[in-house]
Amino acid sequence: MSATTNVASQTQAPITWSGASVLHWLRTQLFSSPLNTLLTILSVWLLFAFVPGLVDWFLLNATVSATSAQECRKVTGACWSVIVEKHRLILFGVYPYEEQWRPLLAMLLMLGVIILSGVRRFWNFSLLLFWAIALVGAAVLMWGGVFGLTYVENSRWGGLPLTLMLSTFGIAFAFPLGIVLALGRRSNMPAIKTICIVYIELIRGVPLISLLFMSAVMLPLFLPEGLTIDKLLRAQVAIILFAAAYMAETIRGGLQAIPKGQFEGADSLGLTYWQQMRLIVLPQALKIVIPPLVGLFIALFKDTSLVVIIGIYDLTQAAKAALVDQAWRGFSIEIYVFISAIYFVFCYSMSKYSQSLEKRLATEHQR
Amino acid sequence: MANAIISMKDVNKWFGKFHVLRNINLEVAQGERIVICGPSGSGKSTLIRCINRLEEHQNGSIVVEGTEITNDIRHVEAIRRDVGMVFQHFNLFPHLTVLENLTLGPIWVLKTPKAEAEARAMKYLERVRIAEQALKFPGQLSGGQQQRVAIARSLCMDPKVMLFDEPTSALDPEMVKEVLDVMVRLAEDTGMTMLVVTHEMGFARKVADRVIFMDQGEIIEQNTPDAFFDHPQNDRTKLFLSQIIH
Repeated sequence: MSATTNVASQTQAPITWSGASVLHWLRTQLFSSPLNTLLTILSVWLLFAFVPGLVDWFLLNATVSATSAQECRKVTGACWSVIVEKHRLILFGVYPYEEQWRPLLAMLLMLGVIILSGVRRFWNFSLLLFWAIALVGAAVLMWGGVFGLTYVENSRWGGLPLTLMLSTFGIAFAFPLGIVLALGRRSNMPAIKTICIVYIELIRGVPLISLLFMSAVMLPLFLPEGLTIDKLLRAQVAIILFAAAYMAETIRGGLQAIPKGQFEGADSLGLTYWQQMRLIVLPQALKIVIPPLVGLFIALFKDTSLVVIIGIYDLTQAAKAALVDQAWRGFSIEIYVFISAIYFVFCYSMSKYSQSLEKRLATEHQR
Repeated sequence: MANAIISMKDVNKWFGKFHVLRNINLEVAQGERIVICGPSGSGKSTLIRCINRLEEHQNGSIVVEGTEITNDIRHVEAIRRDVGMVFQHFNLFPHLTVLENLTLGPIWVLKTPKAEAEARAMKYLERVRIAEQALKFPGQLSGGQQQRVAIARSLCMDPKVMLFDEPTSALDPEMVKEVLDVMVRLAEDTGMTMLVVTHEMGFARKVADRVIFMDQGEIIEQNTPDAFFDHPQNDRTKLFLSQIIH
């Protein structure tokens, strides 16, 4: 009875195409019923109406070689030269021009350690070491002031490295905090349970914008005279606290799905509460909630664009700054397409990774 | 009874308003094999679950190996190290291999080194005749195999007492025998103290030192298997026995 059906390993007979089979496919897939026929005709019409125009504008009539705005306006298609001209402003914000290799390197370091975290072979203690090195390295590169690097205060940081930093630190700290909150909310100890419930419900009741605003404007009013906390740090903490509340509820859903028998099996072996959670319950619970959890990560990555409300220049704001230039007025579509593409690359990668992670973890126990 | 390994005195338990255990008095000697039977809802599972604090008793005292079960978690954890339990629905950990299921307890609770824990695990897997499945996941095994793995997992902790909560009730009839064989061999080859809640009366006749009949939270009758099955004293016992194959 130990049947292990691995769907991926089922082999199929090779498909051979012939005229008859193509017609058959058309008839069964596209024209099988009046409704399907109507939808097919509608879809084909929509494709013909829009796709040629889009392809024209995006590719065929577009230009990357135009050197000035006037030349670009003569072109009927997209003017990608504006990206060529402005990409450093969009990507790095107002960071000093000559020093922009530093945020680039910092970004590569962070991306490197993130990608490393995705490879299962490295899932041990040395990963924490890599993270520490990467984060310290990124901080040194961005701030400077040591090793002969000129000091750049963080009000000049901007663009993609800032978005990446806010999201990475945000997710990295919100995730464990979310786990703790979820466990706390399910705890039997009334004080801890109440604190967690109050925290989660309060935070979930306000939008991120208001939390950012409070961190930037209200918190300084409560701090003692002379004590200032860096604005970027405040924004980062607000993002972490915000995300943690949502992650806590998602994780709690996963915890609720674990059958009571698992807890009893662990209890009967004499495992302590934290051993149970770490070895038995959380691995199973987190695996269950990978889809909504990665959805939260993706949303968080895009929510970082709200820091514009307190004057921090993330990727979206840097793009808007590029549009202010009078000479390149009117090419807003190209610029927004550019940053949308950047956001898409990151979000889609996260999504694809989560799918591959699920598939890999699922083969561990086929039922 | 002197030196009883488990001693329950005047134990009472309620689930809300429902009085599930009434004035339970039970002494279990070391090495004794006890089968507990009775109609469903009689409190048999609750009784053995109180012994390793999976359920909390409200009144009375339960002493296991000289340690009384109280709210002190350290006492409870100490007792759980010496009391193994086999569940009706196996409760194996699906995200770990069979071998990892078995070595988890020894490595993390008993602080056994990994190599020694694995050697011990393989020994017990061979004892329950399932060594070739060591690297499979529980979801890939049949019910009977899973239950045998569960028994081996409890044995890896070297317990003094083994509790069995209807171990064969969730199994197909063909698999019941393979699990009962393991339990019979466990009884015959080792001096393990066993408390088994079951409806398998053949097992009781073969292995038990004492059969206890429970109904509505009370222990009605207890006796040696032959006396119990052939000469039941109480009317409720007679009624129960008349309804089951024994």
